[in-house]
Amino acid sequence: MDRFSWSNGLLEINETLVIQQRGIRLYDGDDKAKLDSGVALLSTHRLIWRDVKNHECCIAMPLSQIVFFEEQAAGIGKSAKIIIHLHATPANKETGPYQHSKYSFIKLSFKEHGQIEFHRRLTEEMTQKRWESTPASQPIPTATGSQTGRTRAVGIVGIERKIEEKRKETDKNISEAFEDLSKLMVKAKEMVELSRSIANKIKDKQGNITEDETIRFKSYLLSMGIADPVTRETHGSGTHYHMQLAKQLGDMLQVPLEERGGMMALTEVYCLVNRARGMELLSPEDLVNACKVFESLKLPLSGVMVVQLQSHSEEEMISSALDNVSDKGSLTAEEFAKLLGLSVLLSKERLLLAEKMGHLCTDDSVEGLRFYPNLF
Amino acid sequence: MSFEWPWQYNFPPFFTLQPNVDTRQKQLAAWCSLALSYCRHHKLYTLDVMEAQESPVFNNKKMERKLSIEAIQVVFEELRKKGEFSSWLDKNKSRCLVMWRRPEEWGKLIHQWVSRGAFPAHAGLSERRGGRKEFHGLEDWMLLRSLQALQTDGKAEIIIMDDGKGVKFF
Repeated sequence: MDRFSWSNGLLEINETLVIQQRGIRLYDGDDKAKLDSGVALLSTHRLIWRDVKNHECCIAMPLSQIVFFEEQAAGIGKSAKIIIHLHATPANKETGPYQHSKYSFIKLSFKEHGQIEFHRRLTEEMTQKRWESTPASQPIPTATGSQTGRTRAVGIVGIERKIEEKRKETDKNISEAFEDLSKLMVKAKEMVELSRSIANKIKDKQGNITEDETIRFKSYLLSMGIADPVTRETHGSGTHYHMQLAKQLGDMLQVPLEERGGMMALTEVYCLVNRARGMELLSPEDLVNACKVFESLKLPLSGVMVVQLQSHSEEEMISSALDNVSDKGSLTAEEFAKLLGLSVLLSKERLLLAEKMGHLCTDDSVEGLRFYPNLF
Repeated sequence: MSFEWPWQYNFPPFFTLQPNVDTRQKQLAAWCSLALSYCRHHKLYTLDVMEAQESPVFNNKKMERKLSIEAIQVVFEELRKKGEFSSWLDKNKSRCLVMWRRPEEWGKLIHQWVSRGAFPAHAGLSERRGGRKEFHGLEDWMLLRSLQALQTDGKAEIIIMDDGKGVKFF
């Protein structure tokens, strides 16, 4: 750990960020360092580590210090690690967190995973050794001699360099985008192992699945968006995404709901929402799950799902329906819809609900279905 | 005396069998009493359901509403269940008896009439029936049931004679 120097963490010109990973704990050899929670940044030139709690605490080490490195797989209760073996400390190294270390290797412990990608990138950088071809502006003492001076981007060489940088940038973006995928792969791997072990246990009839494993399993499912099938409640799968979405929907639907007499069929909501969104459309399933988080979800008689303003209580709707019908003597669903600005489907639902409650009665004839106040 | 229609008769939903259970009960109660009083008024003892659908009681021509066959059957079934005011003559429920006055009541009436001495204690069945306006049109089966009721009560005895049945009153 004495190969690290204090750093401001800023990248120099010609230095590009390759990958960064949170949840890194540092080890001086086999000993845990006090630097136990931070972000590790791999650039084309250096390995940087910044403390997540104290952003001022930032250390860096040139990649040229690295002899070789290897992976250490995760174990029970232990995160996966990358062990990095280092050259001896150069004489002109700037001060760092450790003055002296008895080890010539360090470990990065990946508490929040990401080691696979990090390892891959590190391998790339160590193979390409880009720091040798495009030296950074600040004098960083390297084992293979120092190259100072800023290299400006002028002329054709400059243009070439710009293209090169752009390529690196794109590369980085892509790799960041795939970070999630690799995390998913890791999780999936764990899940597969877990499900295999459960399957085996069931096969061998070796007692019950431990509670711990059950909890882990459920949490995996939840984070992947599958609501817990064992304890599914009608009100919400509770995934973070759906709650966020529900909030968004709530704000968005306030005005349209009022315009439409306080009630909208879920299909109408779906159309409105996706039209408004433009991009990143909602899937019907997401919409349904988000709506379940609403407290004001109403399920009228025929199973038509509807989103309803919270201000519209059931009794209010029914008594207003009754008033309307009494006023006009009798109403069909179509007339009622016209009167209230509701869709016909919803107006029928409301009238049927009022009938169910006994406030209205129906007259079924060749002329159609008509609703009367219940004088019986 | 002309028949007076209840207010429901002019209420269109009355002719639609109501889906709401509570509403339906009230509706059926109204229908039962309407059917019975209509039959009483017109001295109807049997009903053919198909024919009944065209009769004014179940068919309000002015409103262009009529009760469906199924609903009529429900009404009479209800009458049967409620207290045997009706009884089906066949399995298909196409014809029924309407007892707007129960056999027991008929029996009592007959007994009273006999007690007042209008007839000798012995008499043939047809003699019993003819004469009093009250019993006008009383169909055989009803008469028989009424007398059977009296018999159960111990107030009469049906005698099988050569040319039919006779009754002895006590």
